[in-house]
Amino acid sequence: MKVAVIRYNAGNIRSVAFALERLQVDFEITDHPETIQSADKVIFPGVGEASSTMNYLRNTKLDEVIKSLKQPTLGICLGMQLLCSHSEENNTNCLGIFEDVVKRFPAGNIKIPHMGWNNLQKVSGWLDSALEDQYVYFVHSYYVPVNPHTVAQASYGSPFSAAMRKGNFFAVQFHPEKSASAGIKILRCFFQQPD
Amino acid sequence: MLTKRIIPCLDIKAGRTVKGIHFENLRDAGDPVQLGEYYASQGADELVFLDISATQEERKTFAVLVNEIARHLNIPFTVGGGISELKDVGPLLEAGADKISINSAAVKDPAFIDKLTKEFGSQFIVVAIDARKINNQWTVFTHGGTRATEKKLFSWAKECQSRGAGEILFTSMDHDGTKKGFATDPLVKLNQLLSIPVIASGGAGRMEDFLEVFTIGKADAALAASIFHFGEVGIHELKQYLQEHQIPIRT
Repeated sequence: MKVAVIRYNAGNIRSVAFALERLQVDFEITDHPETIQSADKVIFPGVGEASSTMNYLRNTKLDEVIKSLKQPTLGICLGMQLLCSHSEENNTNCLGIFEDVVKRFPAGNIKIPHMGWNNLQKVSGWLDSALEDQYVYFVHSYYVPVNPHTVAQASYGSPFSAAMRKGNFFAVQFHPEKSASAGIKILRCFFQQPD
Repeated sequence: MLTKRIIPCLDIKAGRTVKGIHFENLRDAGDPVQLGEYYASQGADELVFLDISATQEERKTFAVLVNEIARHLNIPFTVGGGISELKDVGPLLEAGADKISINSAAVKDPAFIDKLTKEFGSQFIVVAIDARKINNQWTVFTHGGTRATEKKLFSWAKECQSRGAGEILFTSMDHDGTKKGFATDPLVKLNQLLSIPVIASGGAGRMEDFLEVFTIGKADAALAASIFHFGEVGIHELKQYLQEHQIPIRT
């Protein structure tokens, strides 16, 4: 199995790479369209701001590459949000794989960003049921509401999508690469998907 | 439910942990990578590595070390100590740090916070504030608590937030090292004032202190060093204790 990790202007690619090293996965960090398209699996990581990242993806035509992917592709954190149709973060049109709109956590009783360990609920689909109630690490100020593609929820003020799937597109709002043993389990669930 | 975080802090000099750390099951407790892995296995929610190196040469060792830590650690970690310019930060991010902590440099030039958050995002920037109560005012100190400044804790914390800081790490110098509990009063006020997470530091001595810092002080996370390093409080047993007392905690 060959994994492509999409290289673009968002930080945190290093920690994803280290997690894949620990899992002994054969991977390449790349922005080369053919390498991405020919990989068995693709990871679209990210920490950063939506509009500048989308601009970067459009300018480099990586947006079209991502939309064209047919193999299992995992969006992480900002990567998950950019797979949605629109983000309230600087009013940004995103890739539109998921129809959903990314919203900002409402100010009020909760601290923003949502930062730290929160438990997964209503785990289903591609995630191992043993992950129910396991804690994973989140850092984000925007969220995707629960929708028909949601396969795990977490709750911060109200429930939101912690993980989703639509066809070959998989997505997690948290950082599996920073989520101790639960995170490793989640990455394994993804890598076990048929190519 | 979002849990409260327990964060051990490691002082690093020339790539080695400095405090006399003794664990029977660690071959080399001076090795920050091994110690980091040990704390992670005990259930630490995050780690902070503070570079207290005096020379440039030692600082270079630190960036190499950050890379080694990131390679082996599967929980988030923050690095800090001596970060004073934008160019100090890129190599740490590139090496795999999840967050950086700044202190004196932010007080000296508050716009540094804006620059960093614009370049790297709020989630990457922790502002550490050391303060001590003088004439009933919480006064901010820099340079490892050696220099008093004109700044006051609450207004400065608020300013850090408005400039984009993702978290505040507040150390009460009055409590630090006393092992008599955290400074819950200013923590309550910080919590009311801020909409970003607050990490409490200084004063941890017993498990009850952690319970208080979360119930009374309303802190989002608690940081400690020596009580973990000397095995006075074990992270695993601390988390069990907090859970038994209805604190949301990852076990």
